Amino acid sequence: MSSSGASDGRTSAASGSLVIPGDKISTEIDGKLGHGVMKLNGSIIATKLGYVVEKGGELSVTPLHTAYFPRPGDLVLGYIEGMRANIWFIDLGAPFNAILPMSLAPMKVEFGATRDAMNVGTAILCRVQEIDESHSSVVTMKGMGLRKVNSGFVDSVAPHLVSVLSSGNEPIINKIKDSSNCRVILCANGRIWVDGEPEGIRIVRDTLAFIRENADSDKISSKVANYLNKGNGE
Amino acid sequence: MGYGDVQMIDENGNRVDGRKAGDIRPIEIELGVVPVADGSASVRWGTNYVIASIYGPMEAHPRKIQRQERAVLDVRYNMAPFSTTDRFRPGFNRRSREISKVTAEALESVVLLELYPRSKIRVEIEVICAEAGTRCVGLTAASLALADAGIPMTDMVVSVASGKINDVVVCDLNKEEDNYGEADLPMGVLPNTGELVFLQMDGDLSPEQFQEAWDYNMDAAMKIHVLMKEAIANKYGGES
Repeated sequence: MSSSGASDGRTSAASGSLVIPGDKISTEIDGKLGHGVMKLNGSIIATKLGYVVEKGGELSVTPLHTAYFPRPGDLVLGYIEGMRANIWFIDLGAPFNAILPMSLAPMKVEFGATRDAMNVGTAILCRVQEIDESHSSVVTMKGMGLRKVNSGFVDSVAPHLVSVLSSGNEPIINKIKDSSNCRVILCANGRIWVDGEPEGIRIVRDTLAFIRENADSDKISSKVANYLNKGNGE
Repeated sequence: MGYGDVQMIDENGNRVDGRKAGDIRPIEIELGVVPVADGSASVRWGTNYVIASIYGPMEAHPRKIQRQERAVLDVRYNMAPFSTTDRFRPGFNRRSREISKVTAEALESVVLLELYPRSKIRVEIEVICAEAGTRCVGLTAASLALADAGIPMTDMVVSVASGKINDVVVCDLNKEEDNYGEADLPMGVLPNTGELVFLQMDGDLSPEQFQEAWDYNMDAAMKIHVLMKEAIANKYGGES
């Protein structure tokens, strides 16, 4: 929380510093606003606990914790939580269940036979098709790679770590794939599908556990690289 | 000696626990104390010990409590049966309902509820050890836990109480001062703007005494805000 004094009692935070809700980030309010910031009383303040990021003229706060909220186009791994005659209710790990209409299922399903096609507890790879302002969302299983998950293992990380795992020139998730020789699908809701040899799956699980433990530290990418190079902490 | 005749401050201005009039009790803050919660914080404030946990945002049930345009804050303040010297009867009572309500209203002033329509954010405040001022400790802990859970807010809420003992205004009453004092003024303050989101008063204060108690609370809130920042920095590795 490196800061400089401000006349209204708030303090200005520099890029990269840890801020808590209410901390002043900048008085220049003409720039673009990203996640976790808002304009208030002529300045830009943080609305979330996290690190200030300034990229391409856009100010944002990378939160330390956050809930997953679906966005159209997100690839997600969900679980069937219930069904009616022509729709399934899908748990995406978000505050609200999504719905999967029979017409967007990957197979032909008779009206009233949704349970026979996919029962409660089935894991599915799907994509968020649409979402309205009250957070009601519809997912689809029509598309390349969208299907029931019948093999492998599902692990998870906090949703805000998805961008940490998948961003950069050498994304952490690619390093994990290379080291474990497994098929890995990282979904936007923080769930990760892993399939491969048992030893490879163990490497992925151990690495994800390491990431969860060290998620709040700086230079997580290089730490994971070191962890994988050392043979997964053995 | 009758009720209210207890001498709680000497001629040198020393209180029963050795503090001066404007001093607050020692405060220790820790975040992430409940691993299964989405966010949590514990606050030790003198002998008070309070844990606050946040769950959600989640779908609001029953549906009749859903608001189409915003989330609802479901605050539950509870004192553990072993938190006081006499066993505290478990369960909701009139006092805990009142404190839950005023805490929710104070937090609604800062939480950006409109970002989560139809949702519910559960705030659980559990008093493990009670000395005096548990509503203030609970509100402060809840604000920290909300920040820990990543719930967007415009500011933190810091709550502290001042009061009057032997006709002297003092800050942050302890148990004896709370029991035998003449007045109590708990306040919830937004430390970055100095705005007030919670105010209660028990007893009588003259306008001058009210102003003095107000000033003590404002000063204490700024000090506690610094402690909150330090605790968060210690937990997440930032500079303080």
